[in-house]
Amino acid sequence: MNAPFGMNRRQLLGTTGFLTLTFAMPSNLFGQEVQSPEGPGISGGPGLPVDLKKNPMLSSWLRINSDGTVTLLIGKVELGQGNRTAIAQVCAEELGVNFSRLQIIAGDTKLCPDEGVTSGSTSMPDGATAVQYASAEVRGILLGLAATKLGQPAETMKVKDGTVTAANGKTVTYWDLVVGKALDVKAADNPKREKPSDYTIVGTSVPRVDIPTKMTGGEIFIQDMHPEGVVYGMVARPPNYRSKLTSIDLGPIEEMPGVIKVVRDGSFLGVIARTKDEAMAASAALGKAGKWDIPNDMIGNAAIYDWLLKAPSNPSVIHTQIRTSGGAPAKTIEATYRRPYVMHGSIGTSAAIAQLGTDGVMTIHTHSQSVWQTAEAIAKMLKVDTNKVRCIHTQGSGCYGHNMADDAAADAALLAAAVPGMPVKLQYTRAQEHQWEPYGSAMVIKIKAGVDGDGNVLDWETDVWSTSHATRPGGHPGNLLSAQYLDPPFEQPTPRDIPGPNFGSGRNAIPLYQFPGQTVTTHFVSEMPLRVSSTRSLGAYPNVFALESFIDELARDANVDPLEYRLRFLKDDRARAVLMKAADLFGWSSYERKPNYGRGIAFARYKNYAALTAVAMEIRVTPRNGQVQVLRVSVADDSGQVINPNGLANQMEGAVIQSLSWTLKEEVKFSDSAILSTDWASYPILTFQEVPKIDVALINQPGMPFLGTGEAGQGPTAAALANAIYDAVGIRLYTLPFAPDRVKAAMNAKK
Amino acid sequence: MLSFKLNGRDVTTDAPSDATLLWVLTDHFKQHGLKFGCGLSQCGACGVMIDGTVVRSCQTKASSVGGRSVTTLAGLMENGKASQLQQAFIDEQAAQCGYCLSGMIMVAQALVDSNPKPTESDVRSALNGNLCRCGTHTRIIRAVLRATA
Repeated sequence: MNAPFGMNRRQLLGTTGFLTLTFAMPSNLFGQEVQSPEGPGISGGPGLPVDLKKNPMLSSWLRINSDGTVTLLIGKVELGQGNRTAIAQVCAEELGVNFSRLQIIAGDTKLCPDEGVTSGSTSMPDGATAVQYASAEVRGILLGLAATKLGQPAETMKVKDGTVTAANGKTVTYWDLVVGKALDVKAADNPKREKPSDYTIVGTSVPRVDIPTKMTGGEIFIQDMHPEGVVYGMVARPPNYRSKLTSIDLGPIEEMPGVIKVVRDGSFLGVIARTKDEAMAASAALGKAGKWDIPNDMIGNAAIYDWLLKAPSNPSVIHTQIRTSGGAPAKTIEATYRRPYVMHGSIGTSAAIAQLGTDGVMTIHTHSQSVWQTAEAIAKMLKVDTNKVRCIHTQGSGCYGHNMADDAAADAALLAAAVPGMPVKLQYTRAQEHQWEPYGSAMVIKIKAGVDGDGNVLDWETDVWSTSHATRPGGHPGNLLSAQYLDPPFEQPTPRDIPGPNFGSGRNAIPLYQFPGQTVTTHFVSEMPLRVSSTRSLGAYPNVFALESFIDELARDANVDPLEYRLRFLKDDRARAVLMKAADLFGWSSYERKPNYGRGIAFARYKNYAALTAVAMEIRVTPRNGQVQVLRVSVADDSGQVINPNGLANQMEGAVIQSLSWTLKEEVKFSDSAILSTDWASYPILTFQEVPKIDVALINQPGMPFLGTGEAGQGPTAAALANAIYDAVGIRLYTLPFAPDRVKAAMNAKK
Repeated sequence: MLSFKLNGRDVTTDAPSDATLLWVLTDHFKQHGLKFGCGLSQCGACGVMIDGTVVRSCQTKASSVGGRSVTTLAGLMENGKASQLQQAFIDEQAAQCGYCLSGMIMVAQALVDSNPKPTESDVRSALNGNLCRCGTHTRIIRAVLRATA
């Protein structure tokens, strides 16, 4: 399942004669925190990359097998972003073997190095960097072995596809070197790595290892797995978040065709049946059979923004810079931006397969992004030791953050615990996924600027209101949905904003423009009217939408071209370069105006220290109905050293399209008693006929840190769209999404 | 007993008459190409061909395929290899998670069968009822055009 090269897990690990690399790390490394000015996880200084530091045994990353293969074990998991291929490229490059020799095992809590959560665009900066160092180090050790064997100095050795050639022409292979060897060697701190100018695999578009299986109907997703004796589990959710089950007669459900077991624990209801059809019928009946106490005190989507501004919050000044010169501003401009709740909206509903073994170990196939911490949370929920839960990452539908993968894993485990020995396969209904997933938080952002007579910003103030962006399981059962409904329930921990200026609600709220006076304040609301958690880019999407819309508004007010206005305050060379590259690609300087057509541009450096991205686009507004059609998008991206150009472009194209979908269409609707967005009709997303042409220009930075790309395009896309609408028809949209009725209303108001 | 052709082979099943085609194909016949996405005929991930026409198997009763010919994504392969259309999807790297793709490729195959030289507009129109969340649309369009170029 998890092995893309046609071998199963047992075969991968059963290969005999592998080189066991057991290293004791120099003790002085343990005290060093690898934190370069670029941000956490990005290596560059002395010491080890963070994921390697956390898992310093090289044998936990790599096995050189006597059959001529290499097993790479990683903790970052494939979500459809292509990280498995890219990380393997880095391994093959540094180790000196052909890519095809690699077998990859990812995200198995029993076998793989714990790399925490696959999130925040960190697979490259953290995951690939760790593998880069580990592979380079193993190569050095193998060269040392070769030197001994061939009686030639290691420095003169050359490696090609695992064959080491000495200066005198004698050769030996990695696979020969490992036979009968058990090593216990101290690893060096800063292994000699390949020079970027010598790269032959990194920087090339190696085809994704998982794509052929996906295109030909092979077995690769959890949803494709059919273990021997599999049975089907389903849950029945309450009518809304705070509903309580007062009574239920399980008898009639137990009598339904194919039902093996009905499970009730507090307000948690589930059923296990022989077939999926039977499980679905029984769970539907189960939901209807319950008598529920249903509170109707939800806020409703129309009132959410006022609620956010008035709710108890924890104001925190995350950035301040006092202006020391200049006079009073000639004028003050301000604006308020609003982002509704949005869904992850995975096309495949979340799924898992769990089985309680005779050894008391609950084994769960899950598409969780956080297998270790989710396993811990599930163990606590089941009241067993952490080592009694093993999570094995298996691919699922794209998630784009903390969707219901972890909940599905927990639910499958709850049901599997009731039928020991039986593998229980669970996949939610569409309504269950839509109504119960943890959404991207609604947010309000206010920005105010004092400008001088030439329109230059003197003082800038941003205030951000948001609920949580971080309720992943994190080892706590209270973050697993069903655990909150058990008897006794696990209370959900009170969420906190992710610390640091650029991580949670405040991500990208601090301008990178050189304005003399700056204050940025987050108002974190710990209460959660709707279930929320990490959604692709967290606060960056709304914050960049606001910031880059406002910059555009200031440029217009100053009667300066929006590109030129940005460049006036943007001093960083890499930032300027992506902005100008996007403008070039778009044809900014030669753009010809037409009525109802418009162009917009926007920029952000993700998290203010990661990938730099600029987006320019052309749109057309149909005044009659307020419809916005995006015609073409030009993107320039600097993600540092590029590992796989095609994969990087794929991520960027996807980010643009998903962001256009959020920006044009998406809003979770809810009343005082229920989530009303229950399917794709009530929560529409972008379709083929609405998707524009997208050109992506990559700026490679050989030898520079990998910056990660997955989330960098979300914010700039939204702002470029808002700015293009203003350019086309002169209306400034402050509230997402830009649905036709909202556009039409704004146009009517302007008349 | 239900008998039909599955990817060219005669098969039978004792699935109940009201069983859903999707689950019969995935759970009984171990076909992986088709996926449950919504169960509402809204997303298209569960697409299969019945006698050359794409249907959404999540809302199709298995009994309706009696005596007919069902083709899934794996059934498009030729001599154990990716078909020209499938290969074009591979060559264009037209996937991120790839969950929706089985349905996309079935719809694209039906399009190509009836219209061997589709325009970009034909492709967009044919695929408009299939949802992709990763944003791989432009690559999918290119893949279909590449296969028919």
